Amino acid sequence: MSAPPPAAPLVRFEAVGKRFGDVVAADGVDLELAEGEFFALLGPSGCGKTTLMRMLAGFERPDAGRILLNGADIAGLPPHRRPSSMMFQTYALFPHLTVEQNVGFGLKQQGWDKARAAARVEAMLALVRLEGLNRRRPHQLSGGQKQRVALARALAVEPRIVLLDEPLAALDRKLREETQLELKAIQRATRVTFMIVTHDQDEAMGVADRMAVMQAGRIAQVGAPREVYERPANRFVAEFIGEANLFPAKDTGDGADFTLVRPERMTIAAEASPGAIPGRVAEVAYFGDRTRYVVKTDAGKPLLVSQAAGQAPLSLQPGDPAFVSWPKNAEVKVPA
Amino acid sequence: MWKVLALPYLWLAVFFGLPFLLVAKLSLSHTALAIPPYAPQLDLSRGLSGLAAFVRALSFETYARLGSDRLYLAAYLSSLRFAALATGLLLLIGYPMAYGMSRFGAGARRLLVLAVILPFWTSFLIRIYAWIAILKPAGLLNQALALLHLPPLTLLDSDAGVLIGLVYAYLPFMVLPLYAVLERHDESLVEAALDLGCTRTSAFWRVTLPMSLPGVLAGALLCFIPMVGEFVIPDLLGGSRTLMLGKTLWTEFFANRDWPAASAVAIALLATLALPMALVQRQQARLAGETQA
Repeated sequence: MSAPPPAAPLVRFEAVGKRFGDVVAADGVDLELAEGEFFALLGPSGCGKTTLMRMLAGFERPDAGRILLNGADIAGLPPHRRPSSMMFQTYALFPHLTVEQNVGFGLKQQGWDKARAAARVEAMLALVRLEGLNRRRPHQLSGGQKQRVALARALAVEPRIVLLDEPLAALDRKLREETQLELKAIQRATRVTFMIVTHDQDEAMGVADRMAVMQAGRIAQVGAPREVYERPANRFVAEFIGEANLFPAKDTGDGADFTLVRPERMTIAAEASPGAIPGRVAEVAYFGDRTRYVVKTDAGKPLLVSQAAGQAPLSLQPGDPAFVSWPKNAEVKVPA
Repeated sequence: MWKVLALPYLWLAVFFGLPFLLVAKLSLSHTALAIPPYAPQLDLSRGLSGLAAFVRALSFETYARLGSDRLYLAAYLSSLRFAALATGLLLLIGYPMAYGMSRFGAGARRLLVLAVILPFWTSFLIRIYAWIAILKPAGLLNQALALLHLPPLTLLDSDAGVLIGLVYAYLPFMVLPLYAVLERHDESLVEAALDLGCTRTSAFWRVTLPMSLPGVLAGALLCFIPMVGEFVIPDLLGGSRTLMLGKTLWTEFFANRDWPAASAVAIALLATLALPMALVQRQQARLAGETQA
């Protein structure tokens, strides 16, 4: 499942830079998005991912570099003339308008014929499964319903690309997981390019075809979720995506500074075996689908070990001796 | 709990309810050459028969006179016209002002709000007298115009003077409620409108303005209601021919010593303004409800 970089990109960031006073929000960002893909921009808060999205929408101007859409520089285009459509983190629904007026807002502005606009609004409400709520006002909707109205409104204007700013952050966990799947289904059904900005790795990995991890205004890595997880480009990515056990690498001259072993690739046992690292259990946390152990090795290093449910149950308690091992192919070389 | 509530209600009963009943009673009596200058007088020393005689002597005659005398109707309409005109002007001046204020940073905004309420720190009467000094024939305004070789304006003792005074005095009451709604306005809603194809201008007409209508209504009613009954401004800045209900009321009471007519004018005014006041109430209740939701 490796995703090659797009042949003819829909969107292309070229050496884009942006500062707010002393804060560098974007620093030489190069990025390409293909037509029809679901792209995630992932990073901790303050890494510049929202700024990058707002520059694409036209709400911020880059200080340096260019942003191309279908090969044409969009620097001179104000937001209302860009073929992108944004779904705001707070949803930004118009409180004085009904659900159908919200969804039809952009169509009215673009001068759509009334009957055609009404049909489009109905189709969008059906797409997000909100039929029958046409006359409600935003304050009469639940959080999940507001989120759907916001998505329907963004999609209604037939954008080339939909920008979703932390779309699930305001929802509770259960709803978030459902909505993730739905977002993906809607994206696949409409075949519109989606770009999602999020600080939540599960969210990004759950929906995206490809993702970019941002770190302090720079793109640390771009790739399919599996690539990024299994072959992180640097220590930051290794630790930001998933959980990581990092060991300083022996100087092998291949440029790697660390050896990464993911917790689920490690095996924990109560008895010693050849090559296993001895230690003591420090923490045990049971999650149902897996059990997570923290083992303090005799050398003093804490190791995270995740054991999937269904393996032989262990009755290890904090303080018990334990032995941790992993296959050689679980080791991944990571630069600093 | 009820004790806490009892005090303000007692206060209202004593200082609003009772005087209102007195004025209502006055409006149903007729003038008399006596002290006080009206009849009938309630004589409770004669017991129930006294009360019955008193009630029988009351009549709606004064109201009938109010309806038939053109002067009252003219004053009434003229008051509404002045108040409506001034409200319109206040909106035209106050809305851009409040909108501009709400665009500034938090620190500057605080200073600008302070500037709006600063005039309240001096006496209202003194500020209106100051306008006399500005507007009078050889006043500051005409001196300035003369310096610019422009013809002088006659503003004092005219309807224009009254409008200037009304707009000046009530501007804070228009600006502050407008500012309150515009300041809370969520910028991301404007961005959403821009994103969906609006220009800055159309985003204002389709989002900012409709969302600020509660503030527009609040400001308009807050100004309109007291302006209809305004007395000091038309008295000091208006001419002898400026007709406003407040002035009529004063004339009836103090010059003509026709207490029943003055009371009837006051009651009629109150009855007219009850509707917009009820509107304010409803609006406030709805806003409170929406905020909770």
